[in-house]
Amino acid sequence: MPNRSVIPFGPQHPVLPEPVHLDLVLKDEIVEEAIPSIGFIHRGLEKLVKKRDYKQYTYIAERVCGICSCGHGLGYCLAVEQVMNVEVPDRAKYLRTIWMEMSRVHSHLLWLGLLGDAMGFESLHMESWRLREKILDMFDETTGGRIIHSVNQVGGVQRDMDFAMLNGILHAVDDIEREMKPIVRTFLHDYSVQTRLKGVGILSADEAVSLGAVGPMLRASGVDYDARKLGVCAYGDLEFEPAVSKDGDSFARCEVRLNEIFQSFSLIRQAINKIPQGDINVPVKGNPEGEAFIRIEQPRGEAVYYVKGDGSKYLDRFRLRTPTTSNIPPMVSLLKGSQLADVPLIILTIDPCISCTER
Amino acid sequence: MEDFRSEIKKMSMAEFFPAIAHMKSDGWRLSQICATCIPGGYEMSYSFCKDYDMVTLRIEPGENEEVASITQIYPCAFIQESEAAELFGVKICNIKPDYRNGIYRIDEETPFRDKE
Repeated sequence: MPNRSVIPFGPQHPVLPEPVHLDLVLKDEIVEEAIPSIGFIHRGLEKLVKKRDYKQYTYIAERVCGICSCGHGLGYCLAVEQVMNVEVPDRAKYLRTIWMEMSRVHSHLLWLGLLGDAMGFESLHMESWRLREKILDMFDETTGGRIIHSVNQVGGVQRDMDFAMLNGILHAVDDIEREMKPIVRTFLHDYSVQTRLKGVGILSADEAVSLGAVGPMLRASGVDYDARKLGVCAYGDLEFEPAVSKDGDSFARCEVRLNEIFQSFSLIRQAINKIPQGDINVPVKGNPEGEAFIRIEQPRGEAVYYVKGDGSKYLDRFRLRTPTTSNIPPMVSLLKGSQLADVPLIILTIDPCISCTER
Repeated sequence: MEDFRSEIKKMSMAEFFPAIAHMKSDGWRLSQICATCIPGGYEMSYSFCKDYDMVTLRIEPGENEEVASITQIYPCAFIQESEAAELFGVKICNIKPDYRNGIYRIDEETPFRDKE
């Protein structure tokens, strides 16, 4: 007769140093049900929108998460700009795009390092994080901050990049790409990696859509939805196709993220080659009145930003639907039927960001 | 920005559930659920995406009015409906799976609800 037991996963787990908790109901070694709970560090940041004026709130939005900081500031500003009908200068759109793609690379390298660490692939962990440091240095040089950048503002951006900075980014991107290629080749062809990830945690395209998956998790199942195709910032001027994979398993999710790193290098190069001269922001007067939904593609997938203003300097409501919020239902579904030993790796290939979720 | 559809449709509570079923049968995926406190109740916005278009269905339940869960049609809605119920106090009934208001481990009850 099989033994049933409940094993707690988190809120502090060696492979995922973020406070999400799962009660794993097991029948022998097979997960029958995964019961999620979050909220351990909920900060109520959305509520703060009623106590900070809409321009100050940009700094709060950026602090939702240390990995996706640039995107949260951007998404919030885009939503307010849409409500106030503000047309941002073209140069600001390109600068925003460059920083967003740098964020994507640093987020994916962070994830790769964590995955390598969890699999006992320590050299991969160290190499990924060493390369990530170069991206953080680029952030430091261009924004003055490694984690929180504070470059977005309602009406554009606060900092420009001169020719030397843009040239420096191009050189750094070339260097990182050259070093990334053998790492990615090694990772994707490694026997242990393939054995641990291929055919594990499979999500079909239909399941991915019906369960609300977004980002690399959705695209790894063969659905080519990428919110960058909406054309926000300068993405409408740049050439790229969403990175997709058909298999829908843990390996496919890794493959999509790794391909996206190289795609980001291409987008950064294109943006730097096309960036126009001109202003980087426009003055914004008055207060927001109305509402808007904005979607952007964060490293972990589509994020939805909603703002509603009543004409005062305080917004009525700010809502952020993070990619991880959307990826929790498919994650819980994926875990059903999996081996207990595979749970940490399946979760890591989904790359949940609890800091975003606990906004 | 490219020109994609983005609209908000306000509707009555009676029209809401059939509209959700129609979105499902028409191939729209659930993108987000947003609860907002308004005088006397809530504004609930359910956004759906199809390709790159977005449509938001909006209802305005009263403070003590029950809203049927859409998890029978969109199972992934449980996490965002639980957020609306546990943080804002929206009375959403029959959320499946039923975690009995236990997804959010928070000390304060309905902390996002507008207090008098």
